[in-house]
This record gives sequence, structure tokens and C-alpha cells, in this order.
Amino acid sequence: MTAAEAAGQITATFGTSITGQKEFRGEISLSVLKSSLRDVCVFAKDSLGFDYLIDVSSVDHFGDEPRFEVVYELYSMKDGIHLRVKTPVSEDDCEAPTVSDLWATADWHEREVFDMMGIRFANHPDLRRILMWDGYPYHPLRKDFPLEGKASEVPEVAFTGVAPLAGGPFVTVPTDGTTQVREPRARHAGDLPPPVKFLEEP
Amino acid sequence: MSDQSPVAYDSKIEGNIIFTQVDAAINWMRSNSLWPMPMGLACCAIELMAASSSRFDISRFGAEVMRFSPRQSDVMIVAGTVTYKMALAVKRIWDQMPEPKWCIAMGACASSGGMYRSYAVLQGIDHLIPVDVYISGCPPRPEALLDGLMRLQQKIMGEHSVVEQKKALIEAL
Repeated sequence: MTAAEAAGQITATFGTSITGQKEFRGEISLSVLKSSLRDVCVFAKDSLGFDYLIDVSSVDHFGDEPRFEVVYELYSMKDGIHLRVKTPVSEDDCEAPTVSDLWATADWHEREVFDMMGIRFANHPDLRRILMWDGYPYHPLRKDFPLEGKASEVPEVAFTGVAPLAGGPFVTVPTDGTTQVREPRARHAGDLPPPVKFLEEP
Repeated sequence: MSDQSPVAYDSKIEGNIIFTQVDAAINWMRSNSLWPMPMGLACCAIELMAASSSRFDISRFGAEVMRFSPRQSDVMIVAGTVTYKMALAVKRIWDQMPEPKWCIAMGACASSGGMYRSYAVLQGIDHLIPVDVYISGCPPRPEALLDGLMRLQQKIMGEHSVVEQKKALIEAL
């Protein structure tokens, strides 16, 4: 079975719950309604042989609605095929169903998504933060979280401060110029290409 | 021996007797037998390992006794990125080290946060513990660490160890 056939079977079985299918460089992505996500995952695992979950990740489409997207990378060891399943998650109902009972590896992946993006997973057996510590108040990979961080403190556990960015994140520019042109000390990401004064007087 | 020597010693003349100051003798002993606490947190730790291996040979400077217990060591080499999650653990281990103790911030991350201008990284270990020697580099070569160690030895040689150690007693008198 090829990945296209697997995607076709899922589309044939779930019909309108599959809201989109894209192919890019031989990789197929299916967009699935959140209400059908678990059924699709059960079908993919039990009937199509996707026995390995490579990764669970999340995307923050800040400003769009629905804001978040949870991405599941499925792989079939038997057929050697890869399938990507995406499901939208809105900010108001920031919760997705867990798949940790299907693939045990999803346990920690979903904890990481919860820690970094703040998406909860219903029926997850142990939904705690995995990288940051219990009590840390933010979800740092959200687009509205500043790169320099925010101050916080959990006594006896950890604290955070605000990093000095000196005007912007460190961004390099593709140019033939000197190091000073290529890598000014700090620059706003939106300032590309570099200011003229750097180009004229390196 | 050169004129710089803290010890005026000539075996032909003086036999087993050495004339010196207590400070100088104590400092000489301390600076030539530093026991590092290797706080290896990132890639700088690889260079720290190289410095203690035979090619660079940190034992030439008397600092080869790496102890993984803070209670047996007197110089903490903070080698690597100190994340906020690790920061208080580093502080706790520093607090467990007995006096006198010194700290070397090895590399850009331990000195200032380095390239990690980030929500997750402490911007220099000197926010938490006093640093004696900063070593630049990302990561510094083992030679740089050895240079930092020699600078720490120079710094120790200039200390008033007896006065510092008996401060409470002297003030009471």
C-alpha cells in the first residue's frame, strides 16, 4: 500500500470529516476535524497498519481562527509509508483528544505540546509539563510570548528573567558584506535587508 | 628559583628550613592543588574533559583531581549553558562547597548567556554566584581554560588568606 492509497481509504471512510488533502514533495497531509481525529487514528493504526507515531507537534497560526493546529506524523513499518494528519484546535476550546492509548510514545509528545503551546489533551494519563517546571505560568512557544521571556518565580524550584535583546533578536543577513554587515549585534527580524549605514560603512 | 618565588629556599644553605609568610605559604599550597567541581552543562564540558586528558593535561597545574562531590572540591568550573531549570541546582551545589572556594565561568554561556538571548537561559552564572575568572570562547579551547586556571592561581596568590579566614576572630579581638 502506498501513502496515497492509505489517504484515499481514510477519505473514503470518513468523507466530510476530512477537510483537506495536500501533497508536497511526496508527503501527504490530511486535515481532519477534531471530532473525528480519534476515529481516524484508530482506523489508521488498526486497519491501515500505521504502527509507529513519529512525532506530535503543534503550530500557532497567531491571528487566524482556529488558532492552533496539532500535527501527527504517522509511519507504517510494514509498508514504509508516511502520512501526516493535522487537526485544528481553537483557542477557546484549547483541547484535543489524546492518542497516547494508541501509541504510547504520544504520552511525552503530548506533554511537550501542552508545555510549550498550552493545548490540553483530553483523557491523557499524566498531563504535566515536561520541559519547564510545574508552576511556570506561560507557554513559551506561543507566538504572542516574547523571545526574551517573562519574569516568573516558583520559590525553591526555579525563576526566570527577561533576557536583554538590545533592540531585537540576533538575525544574520545573506550578503557578501563583512561580518559587521552580516551580523550586527542585534536587529529586528523585520528590518531585513540591513540598514544602509551598515552597508556603506562596514 | 626566580625572585618572584613566595618561598626563599636554597637547599644548599638552609636545609629543611623555609622562611616565608604564612599567607604566601598557604596561598602557594592552595593555588597549586585546586580540586575542581566540574559543572559540565553543555559543549564546554567536552573541552573541559579534553583539558583534563593527557594531551592538554590539567594536572601540570595541580588541578587534575576532579571531584563530583561538591564537598570535596574548591573550584567550580561552570562549563556550559545555565538554563533557568538548572540554575538553582548549580547554586545549591555551590553552597555545598566548603570555603575557601572559587568559581570559573567557562565560555560565553556561563559568562553572559552567550548566544542564548532566550526565555529559558540564565544570562550569566554571576547572577547567582560570585565568579572569579571569566573565560571567553564558544567553546573555549582547553588552552584557554588552562590560562583561566593560571589566572585564578595568580588571584589566589594575592589573597590575604589568614586574615580572611580568621576575620571573626580578629574582629572579636
